[in-house]
Amino acid sequence: MGEVVIQTDKITKTYVTGTNEVHALREVDLTVTKGELVAIMGTSGSGKSTLMNMLGCLDTPTSGSYTLDGVRVDGLGKNELAAIRNQKLGFVFQGFNLLARTSALENVELPMLYDRRGLKRDIRALAVAALERVGLGDRMEHPPNELSGGQQQRVAIARALVTEPALVLADEPTGNLDSRTSVEVMALFQELNAGGKTIVVVTHEPDIAVYATRVVRMKDGRIFSDEPVASRRDAARDLEELDRNAA
Amino acid sequence: MNLLILFRLAMQSILRNRTRAALTMLGIVIGVAAVIVMVAVGYGARSRIREQIGNLGTNMIVITPGASTTGGVSQGAQAFATLTVADAEKIRSQSQTVVAVSPVLALRSQVLAPGGNWRTSINGVDTDYQTIRDWQTDSGSFFGPEDVRAARSVAVLGRTVAQRIFAGSDPVGQEIQIAALRFLVMGVLAPKGQTASGSDSDDVILVPYTTAATRLTGRPRIPQILVSTASQGEIPAAQEEMRVLLRESHRLSGDDDDDFTVRNQTDLATAAESSTRVMTLLMAAIASISLLVGGIGIMNIMLVSVTERTREIGIRLAIGARGADVLIQFLVESIVMGALGGVVGLVLGFTGAKVLAYFTGWETVISPLVMVGAVGFSGAVGVFFGFYPARKAAALNPIEALRYE
Ligand SMILES: Nc1ncnc2c1ncn2[C@@H]1O[C@H](COP(=O)(O)OP(=O)(O)OP(=O)(O)O)[C@@H](O)[C@H]1O
Ligand SMILES: [Mg+2]
Repeated sequence: MGEVVIQTDKITKTYVTGTNEVHALREVDLTVTKGELVAIMGTSGSGKSTLMNMLGCLDTPTSGSYTLDGVRVDGLGKNELAAIRNQKLGFVFQGFNLLARTSALENVELPMLYDRRGLKRDIRALAVAALERVGLGDRMEHPPNELSGGQQQRVAIARALVTEPALVLADEPTGNLDSRTSVEVMALFQELNAGGKTIVVVTHEPDIAVYATRVVRMKDGRIFSDEPVASRRDAARDLEELDRNAA
Repeated sequence: MNLLILFRLAMQSILRNRTRAALTMLGIVIGVAAVIVMVAVGYGARSRIREQIGNLGTNMIVITPGASTTGGVSQGAQAFATLTVADAEKIRSQSQTVVAVSPVLALRSQVLAPGGNWRTSINGVDTDYQTIRDWQTDSGSFFGPEDVRAARSVAVLGRTVAQRIFAGSDPVGQEIQIAALRFLVMGVLAPKGQTASGSDSDDVILVPYTTAATRLTGRPRIPQILVSTASQGEIPAAQEEMRVLLRESHRLSGDDDDDFTVRNQTDLATAAESSTRVMTLLMAAIASISLLVGGIGIMNIMLVSVTERTREIGIRLAIGARGADVLIQFLVESIVMGALGGVVGLVLGFTGAKVLAYFTGWETVISPLVMVGAVGFSGAVGVFFGFYPARKAAALNPIEALRYE
């Protein structure tokens, strides 16, 4: 086993709305090591997004502890969490969440502008490189509304990658995409994963989960199964096959 | 985020909502322009008063009858005539500090000349009057000590009077008739223009005070005794000496109030300025209310903007912006909006003051301090009214902001 990137210990999240409590997460223990591509599955309302928000340091657990890349995250202040999100995490949202009326390039530069470490680096060049990596080298000046859904999602992935984070989290990255584009996005994740990136992806679709190395299933805020993918598929090869069938 | 990027972001956001931003800034624009015009008019009036007071003479001290109030405005000064020719003579003979003394005996009379007739002020003065008021003659000469001693019927004409009764021809050497008495015109004075109170300084005839006291009918008032010192530095000492001499001459005992007022040019200027200053302040205060309203407009639009851009804020927070980054972003936006309004207002106010000066003939003075102040203040309005919306944006929770529809 390699280096541990994610380690949660009995993470619990309880939402209190009025008089009734919603137990979105109940004592979830999850360990992810470096180089894994984990798919989280489960029915709607099972707590997948809640877990992702915890892992992404966007929300704090009601109880339990979370260690990310060797750092105890629970109990940190707002600004420290902001720094962790900025430097250690790349988040890809279901709804893309790109800044409107802002070019793809500027969207990708954004996380580096909020970096306070004062690194001497060429922000523009890094952003260009990240966009080229996701295959958008020719659409960099376009704002989101001039890009297709798949292209927007690739900009979002480039933005998540540009800071070279320890962990990439993607909450239903293919939820708004057609099946072919979904496979494209997964091919991209597989490629990044092959390059050593640790990735956690939430998905509804079993067709998508087969591209992961491990599948975690959730129900009612608990993990009820956690197993490696037996017959893992190669997204790049599936794409070639799709093209061949179309032709 | 460096300031340049923040500034660019602010400009982007303002330009995206051009109409809205322009309307919001209009409040600031109008406020700043109004303040600038008001202050320019006020300063103009003040500088004009200064000039006119300076025109009165050099190192001059004015003694007027009646007590002054603490505010420096004489109250019923002319109600009881307490100054006499003897006071002036006492000052001349006993003062250590003053170099020139002249009483001013004032009366109004009809003046007849071959070229016309005119009703004007007749001032009986001593020869020193010319020195004190630094008033040259354009033609002819001032009367001399001998004329005063012998109470001769000689006169020096103000420019206005000369023009009225000698249309065109040279008055020097000619005769005029003041209250049935014949006077020889010895000279014509150089023009001095308007006084601080707006009357014409040149609408006057000067005669020896002895002549005015003894030969002209009607009891002349003595509204003033003018004295001057050799230098500016001696004025305070001279003022004090005048008080002592006059109290003595008026037989005032220890706890009696002065029945006269001794003022120097600065006092006169201050008194004259105080009313314009109050007016200027009042007008500027009214104009500032518009700035305040403009500020509230900025706050309102920034609140709308924060709500509209909740998702954007969520995205920024999610990828690692701190609350402070968001706060500053919105604050810079409102400062830019305020300052931009300030600059436009400045240009408008500047133009407005010039146009006003052109059409009314009023003097307007725009001081650099007011310009810097106006733009700085509108920036500060941006900070003040932008802070609350910006803090609201910064306090958002990233998850809730991202979910916001
Ligand atoms: N802010 C909130 N306040 C109250 N309850 C919440 C809140 N956020 C989530 N929940 C509840 O927590 C539970 C888990 O929600 P979560 O969003 O994690 O589900 P999910 O597994 O991502 O579902 P989906 O597949 O539909 O996205 C749900 O029952 C949801 O109603
Ligand atoms: Mg979800």
